[in-house]
Amino acid sequence: MFVLKSGIPPLDTTLLFVQTLNGVQLGLLLFLVASGLTLVFGILDFVNLAHGSLYMLGAFICASLTFLVGNFLLAVLIALPITGVLGYLIERFVARPLYARDHLDHVLGTFGLILVLDTSVHLIWGPAGIAVPLPAWLEGQVGLFGDVVVPSFRLLIIAAGLAAAAGLFWLVNYTRLGMLIRAGASNRTMVSALGIDIQSLFALVFALGAMLAGLAGMLIAPITEASIGMGNNIIITAFVVIIVGGIGSMKGAFFAALLIGLIDTLGRAFLDDFFKLFMSSDAAENSAPALSAMLIYILMAVVLSVRPQGLFPPKVR
Amino acid sequence: MKRIISAALAASFLAAPAFGAEVKIGFVTTLTTGAAIIGKDMQNAVDLAVEHMGGKMGDLDVNVIYGDDGFKPETGKQVTDKLVQQDNVDFVAGFIWSHVLLASRKSALDAGKILISTNAGPSQMAGDLCDKNFFSTSWQNDQTPMAMGEVLNQKGVKSLYVMAPNYAAGKDMVAGLERTFKGTIVGKDLTKWGADAQLDFSAELAKAKASGAEGLFVFYPGAAAGAFTKQYHQAGLKDILPLYSVFTVDGISLPKLQKAGFDGVLGSKITQEWDPSLDNAANKKFVADFKAKYGTYPSFYAAQSYDAMFLIKSAIEAVGGDLTNQDAVRAAIKAANYDSVRGHYTYGNNNFPIQNFYLREVVADADGNWTTRVDSIVMENAQDPYAAECPLK
Repeated sequence: MFVLKSGIPPLDTTLLFVQTLNGVQLGLLLFLVASGLTLVFGILDFVNLAHGSLYMLGAFICASLTFLVGNFLLAVLIALPITGVLGYLIERFVARPLYARDHLDHVLGTFGLILVLDTSVHLIWGPAGIAVPLPAWLEGQVGLFGDVVVPSFRLLIIAAGLAAAAGLFWLVNYTRLGMLIRAGASNRTMVSALGIDIQSLFALVFALGAMLAGLAGMLIAPITEASIGMGNNIIITAFVVIIVGGIGSMKGAFFAALLIGLIDTLGRAFLDDFFKLFMSSDAAENSAPALSAMLIYILMAVVLSVRPQGLFPPKVR
Repeated sequence: MKRIISAALAASFLAAPAFGAEVKIGFVTTLTTGAAIIGKDMQNAVDLAVEHMGGKMGDLDVNVIYGDDGFKPETGKQVTDKLVQQDNVDFVAGFIWSHVLLASRKSALDAGKILISTNAGPSQMAGDLCDKNFFSTSWQNDQTPMAMGEVLNQKGVKSLYVMAPNYAAGKDMVAGLERTFKGTIVGKDLTKWGADAQLDFSAELAKAKASGAEGLFVFYPGAAAGAFTKQYHQAGLKDILPLYSVFTVDGISLPKLQKAGFDGVLGSKITQEWDPSLDNAANKKFVADFKAKYGTYPSFYAAQSYDAMFLIKSAIEAVGGDLTNQDAVRAAIKAANYDSVRGHYTYGNNNFPIQNFYLREVVADADGNWTTRVDSIVMENAQDPYAAECPLK
């Protein structure tokens, strides 16, 4: 594609399609992190800043296992229950004593946990981070149609993200556990009054959230490497997702994650070309990255002012 | 009671044997976050240098105090303040990142300390903001990409797509490339940088591929290097859009890429002022001992940090350990009268090195470890383009 000297550049549909796919991939990863966050925040009323650390732990555990068992996919299968157990332990020993306290204490406690986990990872795996090797068939590209070629691993991320979303949808809407989760999100006191062991339900929800965040970390590690503090980057965006989607809403998290993934990716991809229509090339190249980094926060601000409960708030609280 | 305490205090002061007979060097680098791998490499090099000099610079004991900038300008400034005010160091050295150095420079220079950058070389500090107390053992940011621009001209590359992180050095790198590259730059992406840097480049790589450029120029140091290199190969761009990089494929990223079996990186070409294969006695000793002690090849970050320690040592020896005579210390540093691992170089008016830049190629060494070796000299005794803007003479 060549940008014409003057006038509107021809819209490259191939590029647009590839970028949309990239946006969906980012959105699904965000969903995996945000779904656990929204469950924990919505049902347990617990602000877990350290949710991103579970994302990091998932990436590091899976990376080590990949070298140990020699196969990335097998490593993911083994690492998932391990992150679940870690999530359970964090719930038992860090989160549970804090439930009765207010949100500021949650924030302080889990921020401390972030520092502890980041430093633990530094001590165990060193500062280097780990590049994760993929099997050959995932390392290449797939031609979809026409001249659309995408890295095969990114398609796998999309498939895994959709599968996890479908599984969650089924779990939340069609199982007894899901019913309890939804009931817990609506009215916690009533659920425990009906004789449900709310303590174990909470622990289970926390472990489930940990597994989802861990899965996201495992899937991103072959692309960006497992690195210390990687979770702190995504956790802020995940909070934006659950605020835009509506706290406690799975459906909200899904659509908001896709929306934010697309806005972020398409903003990075096309904003500078768009700016070049009415400003100098230099000015466009300098202002576009700044604005594209802000886009999702602008979206959040707009949602908060127009619809503070989020786009898809859970029914009645 | 009070008297006893005073006496005890006085006694403890007298008893401290190193009092007054040591040189304190504050060394600021990144020891946490994903960029800690670079800081660790620099720290290793400094420790090795101190070991090589037997813990002494002249008659003074060497005391290195490390500070962690956390990859953030504000933290870098805080830790520099602490080193200058609380520890009262004699020299401040280190700094990987240009934005961290720019934020911290005033803290060191206003306190009258001598500041030595062992990596960052922001254009501002080579030009307008140059200072008689600021020295570099690395390069000015524009220079390495300028060398790459020359290489691209020699190869006959006509058009480029450019990607770099959006911070002071990223902008300098692109500016440097534009100074020498004679072809056209068809597209440019500056991506988010810092502790929460963007590491997924899918959108940018798709744009680069669609741009029809003949090559892709990138600058992605530290942890971003491995991530970028992997994604570039996963996107299948190796044969469509050849990669030309600076500070991206280095002693930091190569061991990781090798462990992950990423042999697409072998044969790639980069420019640099130093290389582990440079043939001089100081470099051979440095590389061999570094490998023996830490098990990997040193990176250029390590080489520049090692050099800084020997530069300070040469100055202290020249003034006979008298650090109060700062004019003499400065003059001794400016003489660069030490065995640099890059070979001999001189200082320009703005206290940046005037030195050679080499083209290096990624190869496997005799033991199968991935490293680089010098291919050719691209620029000889090159001075940075901002020297003329510096009021020092």
